[in-house]
Order: sequence, then structure tokens, then C-alpha cells
Amino acid sequence: MKNILSIAKRELGAYFDSPIAYLVVSVYVILSGSLFFSSLFVNGQADMRGFFGIAPLLLLIIVPFLTMRLLAEERAQGTLELLLTMPVTDWQVVLGKFVAVLGLLCVLMLLTFAFPFSVAQVGPLDKGATVAAYVGMFLLAGTYAAIGVMASSFTRNQIVAALIALFVGFGFYIVQHVLAPMLPPELGRVATQLSMDGHFESIARGVIDTRDVLYFLTVSGGCLLIAEASLESRRWR
Amino acid sequence: MTTPTPSGRTMIHVEGLTKSYDGKKPAVDGISFDVHAGEVLGFLGPNGAGKTTTMKMLTTFLAPTSGRAEVAGFDSYEQSVEVRRRVGYLPEDTPLYKDMSVLEYLQFVCDVRDVPTSARAPRLRRAVEQCGLGDRLGALIGELSKGYRQRVGLAQAIIHEPEVLILDEPTSGLDPNQIVDIRQVIKSIGESKTVIFSTHVMQEVQATCSRVLIIADGRIAADSTPDELSRGVSGQTEILVEVGGARGDMEQPRSLMSMIDGIDDIQVLGKEGGGTRFRVIAKSGFDPRGDIARVLASATDMDLLQLTPERTSLEDVFRKLTTAGRRDAAPHGGKEGNNS
Repeated sequence: MKNILSIAKRELGAYFDSPIAYLVVSVYVILSGSLFFSSLFVNGQADMRGFFGIAPLLLLIIVPFLTMRLLAEERAQGTLELLLTMPVTDWQVVLGKFVAVLGLLCVLMLLTFAFPFSVAQVGPLDKGATVAAYVGMFLLAGTYAAIGVMASSFTRNQIVAALIALFVGFGFYIVQHVLAPMLPPELGRVATQLSMDGHFESIARGVIDTRDVLYFLTVSGGCLLIAEASLESRRWR
Repeated sequence: MTTPTPSGRTMIHVEGLTKSYDGKKPAVDGISFDVHAGEVLGFLGPNGAGKTTTMKMLTTFLAPTSGRAEVAGFDSYEQSVEVRRRVGYLPEDTPLYKDMSVLEYLQFVCDVRDVPTSARAPRLRRAVEQCGLGDRLGALIGELSKGYRQRVGLAQAIIHEPEVLILDEPTSGLDPNQIVDIRQVIKSIGESKTVIFSTHVMQEVQATCSRVLIIADGRIAADSTPDELSRGVSGQTEILVEVGGARGDMEQPRSLMSMIDGIDDIQVLGKEGGGTRFRVIAKSGFDPRGDIARVLASATDMDLLQLTPERTSLEDVFRKLTTAGRRDAAPHGGKEGNNS
């Protein structure tokens, strides 16, 4: 545990030393903020639906840019060799990186707390649903982060890592939004069960169902295990 | 060729270690050796000979295809975390986090390497002092010169006071003064710890190592001390003898010398300048110079003009050992010939 935190701490430090984290976080807050306020002022709706509605797609696009360097840069710089010959396991390295992104995502979500507060100023805020939606958003963002860590473990090229993560993320997205409507209803339901948005939306409605939580944890865990295996594979090549 | 007598307990035990990448011809091909506490072992060989691959297996970064390596009594594959705790490692090209300051980085290494909080301050101070980093603690690693970066790499490798230190080309790319500094550090660490470092610079071996392992084409070509190596690949001493005087030519000196114990062969090299030159080849382990001097001095009408042991230079030895059986061997040396 201590090792995981040491690695996460270093990684978070590296985030705040580089412009990319600031840029990505700003882009997210500005984009989702402008969409949120336009629905607030233009449509006169005092709720969070606009913000949470766009969250899955926005996170899908920005998280890969936060995760792309995690392992790819270590590989490219050769620092991975030094890290992996210190008394830490591959699993601790993967988790340390993952925890660091989660930390950054928490910062990002904290910044968006301004939105529900403004809603509460102008009208009644459904507090329960908002809290649940934030939990869902954290699970969703965490899962994108796990996909990103996995993608970053495959290559030494950060751009390639980002593209792989985007590709996988859009794969999930397409399953629900493109594939599901074309399939017969029974198969369509299965497809929706496999995609992230469906699970996020069901949590965002205000019900934190264990099945939805389990779904996110399973996908994240699977991705992190693949990332570990991909680090481990260096020893056999 | 004899191995130097062990001076301490076995710290590294390598047995039939083999690594092939993607099923190609092995980069390291069944090598075996032991390193004892207090030894500074120079790992010598042309580029691509398998030095780095061997070190990567010792430090648990790579798993051997077959054979095994034990470090400080732990198997490098089965007990890799135990091995890593006891090893300090500086990979080739000194990969460090460029966005951290020297102090931040060393503290991070202490964190990951579990240096107890109470021991941290004194160890940091010692490593910083030993590596001469005192005036650069706040500098970003990415902005340091190559020499300083190398020192950070070295500090990182010794901060947890490891029993075994493995350094991959620690002096490549440094200027002569920096090389002397780094060697000094290696030497002082080597007094109590076990050090393996790779290089392709001969002087480095002579200046720093108590033992040399020459590796070529993934195999061990020689395992010896620097002195023994330079005495010749065959282990024999060759002595150049020049004799002048009225009866100094040809057969007389030769027959006199041939009676001395421990001489294998005497070649007549011919007349040159004032006297006749002979090459005397001693059996291994013998040094007949004293006897030669006595015998020739006691003979009448014979003047001993010169008595010189001919040392093969390490470069020659290296070339002979590493190019044997290889026609594609690139000419070596020169480029890295550091003048220190």
C-alpha cells in the first residue's frame, strides 16, 4: 500500500509540473461548464441533466490525454527499468499510476461542484440524484482511466496510447449508441448492458445499484490486470 | 586461467544463464560465474556481447530463458523482490525522471525502497556527499549535465546501502575528470560491497577492478584479474633479454639460460643495435628474471643490456579474446580510449 501511494504521489507531482494536466482539466471544465450554463440560461432548466448528459462523452475524450503518458513515457525514457528493479511489484506500479489519475479526476470533479451550487441558487436541486450521479461519474471516469492505463502499458508512444484508449472507449460507446438500436430488442438490451453509458445513466437517475457498480469495477479491474500482464511480459520477450 | 581466491561470501551465483530474445540466437549463452563480497568485477566486452542483458537478468528486469542467477542468496526470478531490495542498479544511459529535482528524486527512491524515516537524513547526506551532489540538490534533473546526472544515478543506486551494486557503463560519455570521480566512488563502495560494472574501456578495468570477466558473443571469454590478463592470454610471461659483449651472440647465452628452471622456450630474435635479443618464455607462474640476470652476469665476456618483461596490453588481450572466431568483428578501441 505504501509503495502504491509513493508512486501515486510522484505521479501526481508530475501532473502538476506539466502543462498537460492543467490544459486538459481546463478544457473539461470550460466545455462542460458552457454546455451546462447554456442549458441553464437558454432553456431555463435549473437542473444538472445537461452536465451529466454530456459527461460520458466528454470524459471518454479527455481521460486518454491524462493517462497516455503514465507508462508509455516511462518506457520511452527507460525509467520503467529503474522503477521495476526497485522492490515494488508490477501490480503496485499499475495501481500507483491508476490512483494518481483517480486523484486528478477527483480534482477535476471538485471543480465542477460549482455547477450544482449554482443550480441550488436558482431552483430546487435534487440532492440525492446529484450525489448519485457524481458517484456514477467517478466510477465512469475511473473506468476510462483504467482503460487508459492499460493502453499506456502497450506502447512507448504516448500518442498511440491515447489513440488506443480512445478506440476502446468509443468501442463501448458505439455498442450502445450505434449498435444497440440496430439490433433486435433482446440483443439490444444485452448490448446496452455491456456499454458504460447505460450503467452510468441508471446510477445518474438516483439509484446506486450494485450491478452497475460491479460492472464498472469489473471492467476497471480487468483493464488493470491486462496492464500488469503487459508489464510482466517484458521478462519473457 | 585461475580465478582469484574468494575473499568473502558468495554474493552472486550465476549458473548456465541463457537469454534469447524472440527465439533468436541467444544474447547470453549459458554463462556461469560467482562473485564474492568485496570484489569489484569488471564486465568487459564489445557492444552487443551480452553484458547489458546479463545485468538485466541479475537485477530481475528480465527473466532468464534458462539457467539461473542468485543474488545475495535469493533467486532472481523466484524471489525477485528480495533480490531487488539488496541490489542497487544503474541502467545504461541513466534513465531518471527529468521533471523532478535531485532531492525530490532521491526522496522518492527512499520512499519506494523503504528506507526507514530515522535513517533517511543520514543516508541522504552520505549519498549526496559521496557522489558530490551537494550544490545541485534543488536543480531539476532534466537541466543537469550528463556528469551530474550520472552522479544522481549513482546516488540513487547506493542510497539504500545495497549489498550488491550493478552499474551498466557508469562512465560512458563523461569527461576524464568526471570519470576519475566516478571511479573513486565505485572503488570506495567496492571496499565493503560487491560491485559489478560493465565497460568497454580498458583503463577503467585496470584502475578499478579486482577481477575481470570478458564476455563475447554471449559467452565468457576470460575470467581473471587485470594483472593476470595483461600477462598474456596464455598465462605465460614473456621476457625480452638483450645480451652484448664478445661472446654475447647466439648460442652461448641461450644454452646458459636454458638451464634455468621454469623456462619454456627461448627464441633468438637476432642482432639489433648493441647486442643480441632473445625472447624468453617462462612457464606460467614462474618469474625467472632474477635467475637470468645472475647467470648472464656471472658469465665472462657477456653483458646483460636489457631485461624487460613484455606485457601484452589489455587492449590486445581484449581483441584476441573477443574476435576469436568472429570475422565480422568491428575494429574496436580508439573511440572510447579515454585518456586518464
